[in-house]
Amino acid sequence: MSAALQSSVDRGSNVEPAILLDKVNKWYGSMHVLRDVSLSIAPSERVVVCGPSGSGKSTMIRCINRLETHQEGRIVVDGTELTDDTRALDTIRREVGMVFQSFNLFPHLTILQNCTLAPIWVRKMPKAEAEDLAMDYLRRVKIPEQASKYPGQLSGGQQQRVAIARALCMKPKIMLFDEPTSALDPEMIKEVLDTMIGLAETGMTMVCVTHEMGFARQVADRVVFMDRGEIVESGEPKSLFENPQTDRLKLFLSQILRGH
Amino acid sequence: MSETTATAGVISTPARDQPPASLVGPWAWLRTNLFSSWWSTAVTLALGYIIVRVIFDVVMWGVVNAIWTVPYNANGVADTGVCQLAKGSGACWALIADKYRLVLFGRYPYYEQWRPALVVVLFVGLYVVSAMRRFWRKELLLVWLVTLTVIGILMWGGIFGMTYVPEDSWGGLPITLILATFGAAFSFPLAILVALGRRSRNLPAVKMLCVLYVELIRGVPLISVLFMASVMFPLFMPAGVNVNKLLRAQIAFILFAGAYLAEVVRGGLQALPKGQGEAADALGLSYWQKTGFIILPQALRLVIPPLVNTFIGFFKDTSLVLIIGIFDLLTMGKVALSDPPWQSFSTEMYVALAVIYIAFCFAMSKYSRNLERDLNRARVR
Repeated sequence: MSAALQSSVDRGSNVEPAILLDKVNKWYGSMHVLRDVSLSIAPSERVVVCGPSGSGKSTMIRCINRLETHQEGRIVVDGTELTDDTRALDTIRREVGMVFQSFNLFPHLTILQNCTLAPIWVRKMPKAEAEDLAMDYLRRVKIPEQASKYPGQLSGGQQQRVAIARALCMKPKIMLFDEPTSALDPEMIKEVLDTMIGLAETGMTMVCVTHEMGFARQVADRVVFMDRGEIVESGEPKSLFENPQTDRLKLFLSQILRGH
Repeated sequence: MSETTATAGVISTPARDQPPASLVGPWAWLRTNLFSSWWSTAVTLALGYIIVRVIFDVVMWGVVNAIWTVPYNANGVADTGVCQLAKGSGACWALIADKYRLVLFGRYPYYEQWRPALVVVLFVGLYVVSAMRRFWRKELLLVWLVTLTVIGILMWGGIFGMTYVPEDSWGGLPITLILATFGAAFSFPLAILVALGRRSRNLPAVKMLCVLYVELIRGVPLISVLFMASVMFPLFMPAGVNVNKLLRAQIAFILFAGAYLAEVVRGGLQALPKGQGEAADALGLSYWQKTGFIILPQALRLVIPPLVNTFIGFFKDTSLVLIIGIFDLLTMGKVALSDPPWQSFSTEMYVALAVIYIAFCFAMSKYSRNLERDLNRARVR
């Protein structure tokens, strides 16, 4: 275990981190939602973020591609710092894919158009090439036969897999998942998690907010536990789940396990 | 539900897949909708009597007893004596036969009236082409530009051997269509920009300007905007600069309709789930790409009914230009009625004008319903 920890520290010190949060603070009005959050994520690292609702985990992940702005501290993604500079933001959003809890597919576009829109207009890819790429990813998430349908005609699990394919079509270096299975019926959770596991095996840098502890155990290099806007504990999934150090994490784990 | 449990045992037999014969067919429909109780039977009979009676009276007045032609005396003045006799029992459509060119084309030179007539045809053609979804591409914009240019050339003339006709001589249906078409074509994009501006978070000055514009214009009656355009506006112009009256009225209309449409569009923007914009942002789309590909196509689709409602309202409001001395369709109807022999036949005139307005407005409303159905067919939500 210590060797693994050592290697992760090494990765952090030698290689430039894919994502670096340095004492990030954020307020909604007078509510302090992120408190001195510091986190360094190495390339190809897979981090699962968990915590009770309202703990700031979604806010944190949404700060990484600036869907939310932070007020204090530094966020550096793939070597570019997130500031008000819109060009830096464009660069980062191109490299960071995101999957949402509520899928957020574009209901007026077909599945294929959902996948090709950004490559064509943001990456300036020729249409035929973008379509080939999209079909490739749709095959990987195992729904190529749905390409000409509209999102409303698909099940929740299928929609979420399309959302993953759509994000991947931009060939991002980093993928963010914001509770990707929370809006799904139980029988569809597995198909989405399997897709994510497959993606993890390709060496993608992943940050995933989820309550799926099985997924965390199987895939995560590191689990980060947040509560009330701060990172309370972090570590390898096995040690974190079996040997929680703080009362807050113990309480959280007991609630999750009771729920399942 | 309770019936389902009661008949659960026989539900699988094929015969039960069809509803009982007593529930289908025209007789069943009549029974459930018109004669379900003695009270509903009484209402049906009473209303049926009134409807039949009204239809009968209208047909008698408008067709059977109607007078289609009147004699003219040596000076070309109509002798409306027959019509006066028939007044109350039969319509005098001879009025329309006598005055339709004045009403439709105003004081446009009589022998040049093929030009405004062609303009009306061009407008209608433009509407029909624009309404078909398979023509919704960039080239349509070009078609509009060309058609509107041709319309301008036809109305003004002065080239290609056509005599020059100043705007003061225009009137009737072309005026109504010009005001409505240019009004819609310019106020709609304006409204979209204002609605977007009003929701902008990082441009507070633009946002304030948009709010101010909408609130100012909405707080003022259309008539006073028209008055301002026709009376006050020239006072502020430097000497020698003369913007013609029709153009000023047109601008007033665009500004007025723009404010109302902006609020309709904003309603659509508001109704769109936040996640749509976020997903577009997360994919790296620029503001205008996000707005053009994701936000507007969905937001505008949501507000088709109120949009068409507003367009229909403004189509009819063009008739208010009569108060600043522009001779649109309705005004020309009034003008035609001022001819002494025809003075007492306003009913016939207004019925005829109503038919024209209804034709345009009904087409708009029917089209919007079809469009809504077509656009929503693809997606099941």
